[in-house]
Amino acid sequence: MSSPSTFENVSLLRPGEERRLPWYHLVVTGLAGLLVAIALLAIFDVLTVPSAILLGFVLHLLFGYTYSRIREGRRWAMDRLMTLVVIGAFAIAMFPLFSLLWAVVGKGLVRVIAAAPTPFAFWTADMSGVIGGADAGGVFHATVGTLLITLWASIISIPVGLFTAIFLVEYAHHGWRRRLGQGVTFLVDVMTGIPSIVAGLFGLAVFIAFMPDQSVRMGIMGAVALSLLMIPTVVRSSEEMLRLVPMDLREAAYALGVPKWLTIVKVVLRTAIAGLSTGITLAIARVIGETAPLLLTVGMVTSVNWNMFDGRMATLPTFINQQYRAGSANCMSDTVTNPVNQEVYACSITTNIDRAWAAALTLIVIVMILNIIARLISHYFSPKLSR
Amino acid sequence: MAAPQPINVEDLNIYYGDFLAVEGVDVQIRPRSVTALIGPSGCGKSTFLRTLNRMHEVIPGAYAEGTVEINGQNIYDSRVDPVNVRRRVGMVFQKANPFPTMSIRDNVLAGVKLNNRRISKAAADELVERSLTGANLWNEVKDRLDKPGMGLSGGQQQRLCIARTIAVEPEVVLMDEPCSALDPISTLAIEDLVHELKEEYTIVIVTHNMQQASRVSDRTGFFNIAGTGKPGHLIEIDDTDTIFTNPTNKQTEDYISGRFG
Repeated sequence: MSSPSTFENVSLLRPGEERRLPWYHLVVTGLAGLLVAIALLAIFDVLTVPSAILLGFVLHLLFGYTYSRIREGRRWAMDRLMTLVVIGAFAIAMFPLFSLLWAVVGKGLVRVIAAAPTPFAFWTADMSGVIGGADAGGVFHATVGTLLITLWASIISIPVGLFTAIFLVEYAHHGWRRRLGQGVTFLVDVMTGIPSIVAGLFGLAVFIAFMPDQSVRMGIMGAVALSLLMIPTVVRSSEEMLRLVPMDLREAAYALGVPKWLTIVKVVLRTAIAGLSTGITLAIARVIGETAPLLLTVGMVTSVNWNMFDGRMATLPTFINQQYRAGSANCMSDTVTNPVNQEVYACSITTNIDRAWAAALTLIVIVMILNIIARLISHYFSPKLSR
Repeated sequence: MAAPQPINVEDLNIYYGDFLAVEGVDVQIRPRSVTALIGPSGCGKSTFLRTLNRMHEVIPGAYAEGTVEINGQNIYDSRVDPVNVRRRVGMVFQKANPFPTMSIRDNVLAGVKLNNRRISKAAADELVERSLTGANLWNEVKDRLDKPGMGLSGGQQQRLCIARTIAVEPEVVLMDEPCSALDPISTLAIEDLVHELKEEYTIVIVTHNMQQASRVSDRTGFFNIAGTGKPGHLIEIDDTDTIFTNPTNKQTEDYISGRFG
């Protein structure tokens, strides 16, 4: 008789493996859960597709666990349950994303493509002269406004944020600089928590304090308000990225007789550029959809205003807000005639709502393009490790 | 060119913040020769090495007091720019650290390019070939100079770092355990290289490997520390043969014969 420690006597199988059932048993319990859910909901007359799926999934957890507990044992039943819970959590997390994309693309794309009078006119037309339920108009003015204001907000925030991050990572090491750095970090954290409407009030207050005209509204006021929201995000993400650059590389540059400022510019920033561009894009994406500060500071107009320093501007988020609040239009007949130039448009009750969805789609497309640009920068400038 | 002068270190105290890490180093390092520094971990030999090109003070709160004279100039004079010191005293680190964003060629030219100095293509080509040849790497990489420096093997990366260092034509090359992460063949390649480099450069090398010290160096210094929290001292420095066969100090003898600790 061999001793118990002999290798061939020890099973390498996981405990309970011989009782393991094939995967399709779970499909059966899943279907059972769904059927019971449908039956229960039908009895109480509250049957809808989402409620059936949700209750069916919960019942599947119960049935699957019980079934597995009887056939496969406690250990495997817990494994099954946890797998299902993780999949369920993932589905819940993904649901809003796909639901949102589905709704925006579904409701916005038709209006963008089929925009009167020509396809894609929605992106090249503004709202001047569009009245009532006229199936016309577009977001060119709002797109210009959003891009200009976001550009100026970036022009203000990126240098301030990046230089702050460089100070924190490269200079705030010792003595008074260290204490200053701690203070700056604290203030940046405080700034992160500023509600966007308060940032808008700040943008308003700063300019009104210097202007004789109390009702002044300019694009640059909106850019200043947005930069207040953007700076802390840029500082935080850039700081993280700069700290990831190994000290080795800085020392390698110093040892070649490269001054500190050139080391920062040509080694640290260059090595971190992929992360920096991603962080900055996220910061831009965060402010490009801001509505409240822009409502306060730049207001709304119906035509294109290219001048950041004179007069109100339209922006996509405020446009969406305005169109949605306008609600359904009144249509006395099938057409609307512009009393000024006598142009005739089709009348649509849903035209305002349609424009809101199409503008939302436009905003998402802009953010997506920004993300793609950032990914391209990351791709072409990140450190090359392969042969 | 004037005859190279020794590096004179006088009464050098090295601090990390309030902590005195190395105390009272007095030593003369001979030019155009290899000086090895040995000693147990934490004794301050790397710290001392980093004071020779003012890299020590890169660490927040770290500083050194005393005199280090290179070619008759005290590099710790308050009017001296550490950047100029580092251009003349190059350094090779324990871990090979080529710039990950640069090609092999650009890594060699890093000292020129990062300093925004203009250089003609012909001069750059010549410098790249000369430096890589000097680092015994030219034949291995001459066909892929535009490939990333990080794509090389560990030993090749370390030789690339040496090529990068000698491309700025320093007078002194400091090496901080350059072979500790390398296999024996790469180590041998670097040791051969050190032998060749001492024709032109003054070399100071820190090593944990006593065989390596005895193989490559002309002079060997032994650092030791009395205990944790106490400053390290340069116990003894002499010709390598003398240190390894007939050391004056009992501590040195204990360390090299393995009876230490």
